[in-house]
Amino acid sequence: MTEPYLPEICDFAVIGAGPAGMAAAATAASLGLSTVVLDEQPAPGGQIYRGITEAAAATRTVLGADYERGRELVDALAASGATYCPGSTVFDVSPAGEIAFLLDGQPRLLPARRILAATGGQERPFPIEGWTLPGVMTAGAAQILLKQADLVPSGKIVLAGTGPLLWLLAAQILGAGGTIALILDTTPKRNWLAALRHLPRFLASPYAVKGLSLLARVRRSVKVIFGVSHLRAVGEEQLRAVAYRTSGGETTIQADTLLLHQGVVPSLHLPDTLGCRIVWNEEQRAFQPEADCWGATCVDHVAVAGDGAGIGGAQAAALRGRLAAWDAAHRLGRINRPQRDRLAARDLAALERDLAARRFLDVLYEPLSRFRVPTGDTIVCRCEEVPADRIEALIAQGVLGPNQLKFFVRCGMGPCQGRLCGLTVTEMFAAARGISPAEIGYYRLRTPIKPVTVAEMASLPFGEQADKAVVRL
Amino acid sequence: MTHDYDIAVIGGGLVGTAIAYGLAKTGQRVALLDEDDRARRASVANFSLIWVQTKGLGMPEYSDWSRGAADLWPDFRNEIAALTGIDLAFSQPGGFHLCLSEAEVDARASQLARINVQAGMSPLPYEILGHNAVREMLPDIGPEVVGASYCPLDGQCNSMRLFWGLHTAFARLGGHYRSDHRVESLTASEGGFVASTAVGSVAAGKVVIAAGNDSRRLGAMVGIDAQVRPQRGQVLVTERMKPFLHYPTITVRQADEGSVMLGDAIEEENPSLVVGTDVLAKMADRARRMFPGLSKVNIVRTWAAQRVMTKDGCPIYDESREHPGAFVANCHSGVTLAPRHAQTLAPLIASSRVKAELPAFGTGRFDVSTVH
Amino acid sequence: MFRRFTNRPEQGVTITVDGREISAKATDSVAAAMFAAGITTCRTTVVDARARGPYCMMGVCFDCLVIVDGIGSRQGCMTRVRDGMVVESQKGRREIGR
Repeated sequence: MTEPYLPEICDFAVIGAGPAGMAAAATAASLGLSTVVLDEQPAPGGQIYRGITEAAAATRTVLGADYERGRELVDALAASGATYCPGSTVFDVSPAGEIAFLLDGQPRLLPARRILAATGGQERPFPIEGWTLPGVMTAGAAQILLKQADLVPSGKIVLAGTGPLLWLLAAQILGAGGTIALILDTTPKRNWLAALRHLPRFLASPYAVKGLSLLARVRRSVKVIFGVSHLRAVGEEQLRAVAYRTSGGETTIQADTLLLHQGVVPSLHLPDTLGCRIVWNEEQRAFQPEADCWGATCVDHVAVAGDGAGIGGAQAAALRGRLAAWDAAHRLGRINRPQRDRLAARDLAALERDLAARRFLDVLYEPLSRFRVPTGDTIVCRCEEVPADRIEALIAQGVLGPNQLKFFVRCGMGPCQGRLCGLTVTEMFAAARGISPAEIGYYRLRTPIKPVTVAEMASLPFGEQADKAVVRL
Repeated sequence: MTHDYDIAVIGGGLVGTAIAYGLAKTGQRVALLDEDDRARRASVANFSLIWVQTKGLGMPEYSDWSRGAADLWPDFRNEIAALTGIDLAFSQPGGFHLCLSEAEVDARASQLARINVQAGMSPLPYEILGHNAVREMLPDIGPEVVGASYCPLDGQCNSMRLFWGLHTAFARLGGHYRSDHRVESLTASEGGFVASTAVGSVAAGKVVIAAGNDSRRLGAMVGIDAQVRPQRGQVLVTERMKPFLHYPTITVRQADEGSVMLGDAIEEENPSLVVGTDVLAKMADRARRMFPGLSKVNIVRTWAAQRVMTKDGCPIYDESREHPGAFVANCHSGVTLAPRHAQTLAPLIASSRVKAELPAFGTGRFDVSTVH
Repeated sequence: MFRRFTNRPEQGVTITVDGREISAKATDSVAAAMFAAGITTCRTTVVDARARGPYCMMGVCFDCLVIVDGIGSRQGCMTRVRDGMVVESQKGRREIGR
């Protein structure tokens, strides 16, 4: 790989090369901002357009027209003059805006006048009994294998959960010649009632037609069980079967692979470490950085865009990316406020329409409480292997909240840094105390944003002041 | 007047909880008033050392006090285990202070010698060791380790479990823990004290201020000048490793569950809880020079926290002259001194004998008028 | 279990996983190459020594940790294969020096 040219200081550093990051960088660079994109993956696209530059024609056919849209964003980024650094893992950002990242394992520093966190989302934790067994993975993981490695699951495949991605993945697996033994739909029936008032705006959007035809296609060839209320992955060292319960009782089906999904939530590590205020979004049942319509946060030089700013999907992500770029250009003096508002008017309106249409999906696919608040010996913290009942006991004992819990049982102290248990722990406290997760709060997150080695940390610059603080003479 | 409690302890950190537990053991009705989950807490950011070798320069009583604490630790560990089933992972193999230059070794040797020559000091056992001698006990040290000081009295525990164990023990003895009770004001009234919080007030016959860096604010309300200042520290924590380091060192320590803590830093007048990468880098650099095999190990967490530091680094234990029954307990070494606070200090508070029995630790030693 | 659904011409890469040679595509991550070869378990856990395999494939869960060319705790889903790469499954906690 050729070494990308990094300016001494850049106007606009974009972290993440998904739809939001790519759109933001292309827009900002076109307005003359020196723009650098740092992305952890080896190729652009984020998760939604993962592998878009490398995918074979057959893969692209399977993934469909929506996936192809990623090409336009990649092309625009390439043409924009923004510096794109793949394989760059950001692990720290100083309060002054100096970004520390690993590029091919080498630590680098990049000071930036303005930072856009476009680090996307991750799948909501789905803590069921046995979810740690090999053979159980997220639907997103299977989709990544499909996009990037032309791999389709084989053997007896069960998909379980709720949300659009479950159906999209099912269609893609079928399109790639795979077979699915069973889909276990955990969408609570009463969600339909609650979602009805949002239905008109959804029906008016392109999501409706696409979604309905997808559902119809999958249901033609796969057996679907609706109203699944309990779910268990069975096996000792490998998944063997999936047990599920409906109003008709419990059934067990043999399975080689169980793909779980119950929605997507914003990734919080970067914005939280940057000092952004994190707030609870009740409709999406997730935490997100507090931001205005431009993605601007309470930290002066930091903005957020894309699913990391609140789940909105790929279209909304690109729109939010552009809005953040117009605003950055304004704040850095390239354009004035009326210019910004004029340039952004169409994107702002489109974003509002898009998000309004999605409310239906948020309400319809809100996961059942049982799948968000685990009990018994179900593992909550996968890294430190902390079961739900140990956490329940401490909550009953009066532990203050997620941060003290972490300290007492090491929940969230492993290498994933709480990414797979944070939301569950907050939901457990909220459920036990009968209050909103907003009042419980989230883990306090600190650098490193992702684990780095001792040697990598040691190669960052330090001076006399650090010497004085550390060496005892 | 009848009070809700015999004693209210303000501060649910290691110091306050150990005292509250000790008071509950004496049969007092105790309330432990604490802040919320995001409070600034020194207790969640410590190195889990039971450390004797550097304590007491300028105050031999502090050396004895720490040494006594280390002696109490084995019984204390058993007591907490019996009451709660929680294992504090205590061990006392002796501790090292590793040095990467001759100047650092000299500084160690001179500091330890100065501690031991003080009048009234029961000399500490210690050794200054060269590279080879250190290597026999710590086989993974790198060539840059020039030497170390070693003191057989030093030890370690799992401070997370100590914190949890003290809270659990306090609850088992019937103590009342009150979270979200940040004390806004403290007033003496009718032979007792009233602590007012946003969620109501708590009346108690006595009050113990163990609120860390907030003690100065609270102390002033009852006539105690608790001169403490925040001193920032930072620590890096690695993923879990197989056991390789069987002795604590003051800057690199392997916890019983396997993670390795890399410290430590002293920064004055830096109120931020945001970690500073220059200091982290420096600590990581020293750690990999001490133990080259750590180079490729992943750091998964870091902390920045504020120590509770007095002018001379020694604890403050005192009772208000103006408002007898109001006590203050403040120190930096809440882990080392936990058994002292539970077993020695708490009974002295209960019987109002702190001033009489622990005169050296009073706030009067900072009285400016005695210096001029 | 997974299988390739395209047969595009590819630059083949060979890596070894726990001593077994497997072929992979140059754009594969270590975790993807292991799935393609039918390997679903990559490590045992640090607390209870239970088997684990890749879960999220996007760098979030850290369940795909493996030893790559002698260095432990590498994320299999974030590491691209390289011809001759030696991959070992990781048993429990890491050892100092590797």
